Amino acid sequence: MQRIGVFVCWCGSNIAATVDVKAVAEALGKQPGVVVSKDYQYMCSASGQNLIREAIRDSRLDAVVICACSPHMHEATFRKCVSAEGMNPYMLEIANIREQDSWVHKDRKAATEKAISLGTAAIAKVQLNAPLFESPNPVTKRALVIGGGIAGMQTALDIAEAGFKVDIVEQKPTIGGKMAQLDKTFPTLDCSSCIVTPKMVDVGANENITIYSYSEVEKVSGFIGSFHATIKQKPRYVDATKCTGCGLCTTKCPSKRNLNEFNMNLNMRPAIYIPFAQAVPLVATLDPTACIHFKTGKCGLCQKVCEAGAIDYDQQPTYIEQDYGAIVLATGYNQIKPTKFDEYLYNNSPDVVTSLEFERMMSASGPTAGDLRVPSTGKRPRNIVFIQCVGSRGKDTCREKPYCSKVCCMYTAKHTILVKDHWPEVDCTVFYIDVRTPGKNFDEFYRRAVEEYGVHYIKGMVGKVEQGDGCLKVQASDLLNNRQIHMNADLVVLAAAVEPDPSARHLGTMLTASMDTNDFFSEAHAKLRPVESPTAGIYLAGMCQGPKDIPETVAQASAAASKVIGLLSKDHLMSNPCIAHSDPTLCNGCSQCTNVCAYGAISYQDQMVVYKGVRETRRVAVVNEAVCQGCGACTVTCPSGAMDLRGFANNQIMAEVDAICN
Amino acid sequence: MREMRDKLVSRVKELLADGSCDRVIGWRAGEFCYDVTPEIFTADNVDEMIFDDFCGPNQSKYLVNAPKSDDKKIIVLLKPCDSYSYNELITEHRIQPEKIHAIGVPCTGMVDIDKIRAKGIAGITGIEEDEAGTMLTVHTIYGDSTVAKKDVLEDRCYFCKGKKHVAGDEMLVPDEEAPDTPEAGDRMAEVARLEAMAPQERFDFWRSQLSKCIRCNACRNACPACTCRTCVFDNPASGVSAKVNVNSFEENMFHIIRAFHVAGRCTDCGECSRVCPQNIPLHLLNRKFIKDIDELYGTFQAGAEPDVRGPLVSYTEGDAEASVVLRREN
Repeated sequence: MQRIGVFVCWCGSNIAATVDVKAVAEALGKQPGVVVSKDYQYMCSASGQNLIREAIRDSRLDAVVICACSPHMHEATFRKCVSAEGMNPYMLEIANIREQDSWVHKDRKAATEKAISLGTAAIAKVQLNAPLFESPNPVTKRALVIGGGIAGMQTALDIAEAGFKVDIVEQKPTIGGKMAQLDKTFPTLDCSSCIVTPKMVDVGANENITIYSYSEVEKVSGFIGSFHATIKQKPRYVDATKCTGCGLCTTKCPSKRNLNEFNMNLNMRPAIYIPFAQAVPLVATLDPTACIHFKTGKCGLCQKVCEAGAIDYDQQPTYIEQDYGAIVLATGYNQIKPTKFDEYLYNNSPDVVTSLEFERMMSASGPTAGDLRVPSTGKRPRNIVFIQCVGSRGKDTCREKPYCSKVCCMYTAKHTILVKDHWPEVDCTVFYIDVRTPGKNFDEFYRRAVEEYGVHYIKGMVGKVEQGDGCLKVQASDLLNNRQIHMNADLVVLAAAVEPDPSARHLGTMLTASMDTNDFFSEAHAKLRPVESPTAGIYLAGMCQGPKDIPETVAQASAAASKVIGLLSKDHLMSNPCIAHSDPTLCNGCSQCTNVCAYGAISYQDQMVVYKGVRETRRVAVVNEAVCQGCGACTVTCPSGAMDLRGFANNQIMAEVDAICN
Repeated sequence: MREMRDKLVSRVKELLADGSCDRVIGWRAGEFCYDVTPEIFTADNVDEMIFDDFCGPNQSKYLVNAPKSDDKKIIVLLKPCDSYSYNELITEHRIQPEKIHAIGVPCTGMVDIDKIRAKGIAGITGIEEDEAGTMLTVHTIYGDSTVAKKDVLEDRCYFCKGKKHVAGDEMLVPDEEAPDTPEAGDRMAEVARLEAMAPQERFDFWRSQLSKCIRCNACRNACPACTCRTCVFDNPASGVSAKVNVNSFEENMFHIIRAFHVAGRCTDCGECSRVCPQNIPLHLLNRKFIKDIDELYGTFQAGAEPDVRGPLVSYTEGDAEASVVLRREN
């Protein structure tokens, strides 16, 4: 029998206030095999760890059980602690009596009983623990950044700066993301494209960075330090190595009436196009759904005028296979189309626009070259109504998001200031639920809009927008004055909610990077590991993790980059020894485990098996130990119990269940 | 039925004679005509093989442990519903189709002897089906009686999957020419009734049913999905077997673990309930899983095609995730 030491942590009052730690230590001290049982205020502190180390030395312990916080929190700490005394780190078990006990219960007596029960289970399990040994795996010194917006670009630049190779995969024809579409940025009002395009140029020019634009990550396998990705480059029907970006094809293309995505569909672009003048790579892209040649087999004008001979109507998708040590998700966001908000007339009036559309209407590179006009009349608007929280902070799940989109309050203040700066005579009214301006110089900025520019901020939501005679009629409530408002507006701007880009879900599933119910990627720890996915080797930057503005995005991108740099600086990573293995004598060869393995770690081979005196060659499962991640899906699928997980063996789990039930 | 039997035996004889096959899994009548067991016949005794309304046992499972031969195939006889189990066993690599010659045999429903007895008929010595297959003449030591076949079918036959075979190297009668199978009812109605019960009521229902279990293992031994080389209940190291035995409510564990092990692989062939000497409606546990799978992942019939994995054992991107709460339609 193992000589077991039990250490019960108070976690200050976090545990001790709800759990009688002395009683737990005393009860667990009576369990079979336990030779030492102690409690201490902070077991993770230096003196707490010394207490454990002394006990290992003095009582010649074989195994240690710590009753404290979640193993997520301090398993690594305590493994190091016992290793320092020469104990195998996998001879340690943690009973989580904080997150799973003291934090979720109020009744001291019941919580104490539960702590004893959880401790008893951990003791029962550790009795069956065996030393496990990690082995080194090499780290591929190359990073994959998915998404080429400001988050992806910043991450890639920082990683490249540290001397590592980085590949950016961007689904659009150019990098730059949403920031390239914005007019100005809050709270400094500096021109968005003036600060983002130099970054795009830096990325394009950096010899450590490869941009795969108009591309998607098709498949990823592997694990931290050793991912393998298949990148699909969609055919742009233009040979990017030959195209000079002169733009002649775009001017000659006769198919001119295609919605321009970059300008939020506010104007038209040719079938062959360059999204905007500063695109990186500066290469034309042909849209086959709009191209006359693809539809009729005729035309071919672009091919004729192209002096570089870059037009290739027969281009096929190309696939790039590459190994990576780390992956950064920077897939960004979209603004929802407020088509389900009939009350705001978005579907029916061209004069009701989303804020991103408004951004293009205001932009010098936009369809009107920044000259703000009412779409239906072409006249300067006399007054503009801004409606906040459209689709944000709502309870109606079929059209609203439960979260705050975070950036709307500030960009709306920006919009009003920009309008007032250019055309002081235009009246601006903002209807809001709350104005949220936490951030450096943010509140000052909002107050400028109100106090210096005379923007009307009215607390209350708009109930209805109707088509009036030559203008829109807005009906709203003014909650502070308790009155109904009926006003006219030439233009209505909806601060529509942001949502994660739809490509995120596919990636999340493929990478087993967990997501929340809104499809934002979850971080490993909300406070302490905000730029890491719970899946090792996957990092998060920008809006794909949650609504955030540009400075926050850039900060997170640099943080993710520093995590990646830390990882790629290592030559080897120690592998997790808690992996699956199959007992050939019990294996039926049914292949169910192969099908549930998300990592492709299980294969089948014919093996000589001797069982109960019978010798035969038959089909059995074999686990590739380098690929197995120890998730345990195979072990629960195996009906005969042939598949088992080291460190979480079937009999260990059964022992825990028994200990709790008895 | 007799003509069908003769046609079957003569076809089997041909196959045994031409040297491609050397044995056949058939059915043998026991001491009483309704005590039918599967057995391996060879050319020497194939005339003793029967095929009648009591040939309920699903033969596909017996292929797993049938003696192997390197050069000769084994013949197996599959009723339409048995062919699903056959496919599932191929999918799970438990049988090798290239070493088997499967003959699809037609079925118009199997008869439950207890239902004939329940009609007050005793001392049964034999049963004959009329040509239309609707009326049965029951010979008894007291004389003959007649019963309508549709009144005395096995429970599972009221939820028949139809006359179409989903597997087989040849059909004794082409499916389209085969006689009609019994009209099928809503097989999930009973599950829905159990689902609608209050938890305690449902617990009491299962407790009263499962407590009848005598752990004879008949359900496990007949189940074509239960083909583990070493069952966890026979493996002392599994930590399950001993525990089940000492638990005062062992039947709970046994049947629920078994239901979980066959979940997603069960073709709903109904053998478990047919063989249960205590008449426990075990198939309802399996059907509950089938209903859940259908609702959560889309309709799935295990064994409808070979080499197709059920949703519970195939990882796809669309799988339900822990963070996603699935709301059912009803």
